[in-house]
Amino acid sequence: MSESFTGRVWILGNDIDTDIIIPTDYLALNTVKEMAPFGFSPLRPELASLIKEGDIIVAGSNFGCGSSREQAPEVVKALGIKAVIADSFARIFFRNAINNGLLLIECPGLSQIVKEGDEITVVPGNHITYEDKDYPIASLPENLMEILKAGGLVSAMRARNGLTD
Amino acid sequence: MGQTIIEKIIAHNIGVKSVKPGDIVTVNVDRVMLDDIMIAFVNKKFEEMGFSKVWDPEKIVLIYDHFVPASQVDDTRAYKAGDDFVDKYNIKNIHRSDGICHQLMTEAGYVKPGDIVFGTDSHTTTYGCVGAFSTGIGYTEMAGILGTGQLWVKVPSTIKVTINGNLPEGVYSKDVILRIIGDLTAAGATYQALEFCGDTIENMSIASRMTISNMAIEAGAKCALFTPDSKTAEYCDITLNEFQMNLVGDEDAVYAKELVYKAEDFVPNMACPSQVDAIKPVSELKGTKIDQVFIGSCTNGRLEDLQAAAAVLKNKTICPYVKLIITPASRKIYKAALADGTLEILSKAGAMITHPGCGLCCGRAGGILTDEEVVVSTNNRNFLGRMGTSKVKIYLASPATAAMCAIKGEI
Repeated sequence: MSESFTGRVWILGNDIDTDIIIPTDYLALNTVKEMAPFGFSPLRPELASLIKEGDIIVAGSNFGCGSSREQAPEVVKALGIKAVIADSFARIFFRNAINNGLLLIECPGLSQIVKEGDEITVVPGNHITYEDKDYPIASLPENLMEILKAGGLVSAMRARNGLTD
Repeated sequence: MGQTIIEKIIAHNIGVKSVKPGDIVTVNVDRVMLDDIMIAFVNKKFEEMGFSKVWDPEKIVLIYDHFVPASQVDDTRAYKAGDDFVDKYNIKNIHRSDGICHQLMTEAGYVKPGDIVFGTDSHTTTYGCVGAFSTGIGYTEMAGILGTGQLWVKVPSTIKVTINGNLPEGVYSKDVILRIIGDLTAAGATYQALEFCGDTIENMSIASRMTISNMAIEAGAKCALFTPDSKTAEYCDITLNEFQMNLVGDEDAVYAKELVYKAEDFVPNMACPSQVDAIKPVSELKGTKIDQVFIGSCTNGRLEDLQAAAAVLKNKTICPYVKLIITPASRKIYKAALADGTLEILSKAGAMITHPGCGLCCGRAGGILTDEEVVVSTNNRNFLGRMGTSKVKIYLASPATAAMCAIKGEI
């Protein structure tokens, strides 16, 4: 998780809720892969088809608010998003994302600075670079880093149960 | 130093004298709630984790509500997944058509004051109405609990909300929580606990407190807690023990923030499209034409809600172009409303009364709407696309306000 990476940015606003990320209607689909094309459809129907592997979402405050559906971070990950950077995250979404190995970074104000389509470089636990300027970011608490390092909660529990991946 | 309610519950659970906000602790789970939407995903993760049995079949409750009755052929897959799970792991508690999960958890006696409860739905905060720490989690974490009976939590700081006085006529707990969400904003209580006190709160029924704890998540809160009292004991059919009686915020407890309201200052409110914190007094929205009214959900589908609507609709007829859909939150409520004549009044006024369940609130069936249509609803969310297409306009209100709108055909 600690290696730096560079990606193209998609800008989203405040309070991007889980009904926007994946509407209830599509939760009955069999797999997250089938749901992914409908990601963000109430807000930007074209977005899911434009996102490429390694892209980064930069959003405002309270990203992932609303329901507890874990399909939300899974859809974001399935779309190829490398990390979501936001002013702040909703509590359940935050836990779900970590448990599924999706990197979340709090960086208040960045969504007001970066332009959609531009590239940023992320050094996890340290800073984000945009147009030659660095924006500091915090590292995650130790217990969450352990889950991320294990590759998510499933892997962590498998290890606990004496199974290897 | 004094403690808040959530600090007392967590400290008691892990067997220590006190905890403080920010502490990361592992709690022992008293009960879990799984719903039909998530059961197949929980089961898949549970098996991937390599568990062969659940930690305690008595403590697991599975409730079918979002997909009941099935509105799409695929929905029935959830029943199959749930039934297989129940058989395989000898799960003791399953409800297939008794009502909405958040109503049943306290109504059927699964949650007691001071318990720690997790559910695979964000409105799990509801059980704070009886003084339980309950909150929503995702299916992977739920799978982990099913195997271990434990979960890590960060002790939240607390926002104390005090309300004293008498609510004006026509003002309900829904109007109170809408105003508070407006004041806090949709992210204003993120990661935090809400604690409610004051004589207005003490005078509220458990049903009214449920409306408030249910919607606490709309301000981002982790949980919303009410001190257990004689009404709680009666509702839960228990005698409160010393620990439960002591679930009150200490005078010298440390709060992150305190909000103080006079009950007399509250007015009927609405959350306007499409944000739960876009709150306006109903008086400022007068004249807005509507197409449909929905009275139901885990927020406002209880007997007192249906009675409040019936009091407005008695001997009246709804506006000819309005569809009024009423969905009791549980079978028990349905039967009580049938027995006391409430449903008859509502039906005579022109309401469609549906089976108990999530109904229109989860936007899958039972009255979904199309572009530019306007609905006044008693549920908890007015997000884009929640009740049909993304151009439906959803206004959230109390049952009495909603019933009045149904008569007038406008707000």
